[in-house]
Amino acid sequence: MDGYHLNHLQELEAESIYVIREVAAQFERPVLLFSGGKDSIVMFHLARKAFWPAKVPFPLLHIDTGHNFPETLEFRDRLMEKTGAKCIVRYVQDTIDAGKVVEETGPGASRNVLQTVTLLDAIEEFKFDAAMGGGRRDEEKARAKERFFSHRDVFGQWDPKNQRPELWNLFNGRKKLGEHFRVFPLSNWTEMDVWQYIYMENIEIPSLYFTHEREVFLRDGVWLATAPFMELKEGEVPVKKRVRCRTIGDITNTGLTLSEANSVLDIIKEVAATRTTERGARADDKRSETSMEDRKKEGYF
Amino acid sequence: MSDLIEGYLNMELLRFTTAGSVDDGKSTLIGRLLYDSKAIFEDQLEAIERASERAGSDEVNLALLTDGLRAEREQGITIDVAYRYFATPKRKFIIADTPGHVQYTRNMVTGASTANVAVILVDARHGVLEQTIRHSYIASLLQIPHLIVTVNKMDLVNFDEKVFEDIKDQFRKLAGKLEIKDVRFVPISAKYGDNVVKRSENMPWYEGPTLMYLLETIHISSDWNHTIMRFPVQYVIRPQSDKYHDFRGYAGRIASGVFKPGDKVTVLPSGLTTRIKTIEMMEKQLDKAFAPMSVLMTLEDDIDISRGDMIVGENKAPQVGDEIEIMLCWLNETPMRLGGKYYLKHTTNDLRCLVQDVEYKVDINTLDKIHGDKSVGLNEIAKVKLRTTKPLYYDSYRTNRVTGSLILIDEATNNTVGAGMIV
Repeated sequence: MDGYHLNHLQELEAESIYVIREVAAQFERPVLLFSGGKDSIVMFHLARKAFWPAKVPFPLLHIDTGHNFPETLEFRDRLMEKTGAKCIVRYVQDTIDAGKVVEETGPGASRNVLQTVTLLDAIEEFKFDAAMGGGRRDEEKARAKERFFSHRDVFGQWDPKNQRPELWNLFNGRKKLGEHFRVFPLSNWTEMDVWQYIYMENIEIPSLYFTHEREVFLRDGVWLATAPFMELKEGEVPVKKRVRCRTIGDITNTGLTLSEANSVLDIIKEVAATRTTERGARADDKRSETSMEDRKKEGYF
Repeated sequence: MSDLIEGYLNMELLRFTTAGSVDDGKSTLIGRLLYDSKAIFEDQLEAIERASERAGSDEVNLALLTDGLRAEREQGITIDVAYRYFATPKRKFIIADTPGHVQYTRNMVTGASTANVAVILVDARHGVLEQTIRHSYIASLLQIPHLIVTVNKMDLVNFDEKVFEDIKDQFRKLAGKLEIKDVRFVPISAKYGDNVVKRSENMPWYEGPTLMYLLETIHISSDWNHTIMRFPVQYVIRPQSDKYHDFRGYAGRIASGVFKPGDKVTVLPSGLTTRIKTIEMMEKQLDKAFAPMSVLMTLEDDIDISRGDMIVGENKAPQVGDEIEIMLCWLNETPMRLGGKYYLKHTTNDLRCLVQDVEYKVDINTLDKIHGDKSVGLNEIAKVKLRTTKPLYYDSYRTNRVTGSLILIDEATNNTVGAGMIV
């Protein structure tokens, strides 16, 4: 039987493709949430594989906070052009201008929370009934119990106490009018799996993930990038450093890692080293200089 | 390619479920596996050390790692299946961590449905208990291929070989009544790490493998059925572009068997036969496909095929029928309605069914059959007869976990209310 063997990445891929095809089959208006980060890039790659040689039968949706790294947007536009995929963009700025949310001000202000309103508005605008996200169960404790098919009520809310049991690979996407689903095809992947898969499939990722020189400043032990909309506190001095992103989010809350990693292989080694760091070595471990948010996104609980 | 990558690309995926209550040291065992395989991050460990210190303990309490569930129980929140991940150089592991009390049978069944291995905890001081019977029964009902009985807390019985041997005997008697193919026994102390990842120096009489060694080496690639060919069609691909003008491909995940281009196949329910033209995956032509691969298949002849159809091999036809018998585990607070109608999901097929009869219920603590009681409530297991709106193409769950499983969905609430294994 040894001729019939898949490695863990191939098995994860098969599972995710199955989930994505199930979404296309069970829902009328699915959408793939695209952030420009590695998880959504992998998810889009899987979606292309799932329907090849046909085009991906659903659009992508990017919620633009206006606080992106410019590299992220360039990468997004290039990827859409290359693949012929359709990406809908909705702006948090529009939600702010419409008076639906009030923006935080001062140093540390973030549009992270505001995104939700823009997202729910977009889901309603396009009547999307399933939104695929790149969330992984290894990200944090609460996510460990999330389903592949996660039911949302008319208000877009998740009720963790009342989740549908999910058995075998039989996914129940039945819903009432106005309700929708969030679907997480990468549920069983870890940060390491994502990097290994990017390597195995030779998937292009934004240059931000690799080492580059950037103007940064230190805040609460985290290196952040300077940008026109980033207010510096007293004592915060911009300096140039060789850094890379472990995760890509808004400039306002994406901690940068001091790193010389220049290739996916380097990154895999870095992630592996982080995993095996012995107790106590951490205080001076440069790789841990990332915000908690960053860690959660990247595979810490 | 570096050795590092070479190693990663040869890793296998193993899914296992753990059964046992908090008192058996289940949380400690999972914590120990994560800790000794270095899957725990520094910030977590520091938090646990601080918490352990606060609780006045010198030792790090590894149970706190998976303490989410315990906190939930104290708060009276529904306890659920939590998934955890770790990897060693040999395998990547997915743990479906489920609470073991009787009221959580639903969760155990859920966690067991995709598992290759069930790790069952027995407290060395108490031996085989009612809950051990329950856990083993669910593992056998869900046809988990491998069972590892860990006899925990050996430190509290002076690492006594006789205690371990007695429990083995007790368990073997129980296993005789169940359908369990492969059982292993490991004496451990999760608290101190004996025989979990590292060999125990306290039990020189035990010459078998550690729990981790078993998890890393148990042969799982033949857990999938590679003999009978089943391919439920999930999605029909029609690009309708200039380049692929007449292209029709059938997307899906191989449920069982090995498919090769040129193989003669039958399409159900039409019964028409043809040959496989190509098996592909994004511009890559494959010379074979087997479970659990997701692929795209094209056929020699133009046959009308849609989602829910099944492409099967010549060697063994699936069973066909609109009256089926299943072992049913009820998952919902609202009891099953005898004579009630439910949505039914089986492979990629959606249909409806009627609950015709309850043949018997199973007392999962004694394994006794209860005849005459037709009510099936939350966490109960019964043998039930269904009638479906159209014929089902299926295999018994015993021979095929994919084409032999189904779920029932309440038509009013859309909740998943029943898990069925076709007899």
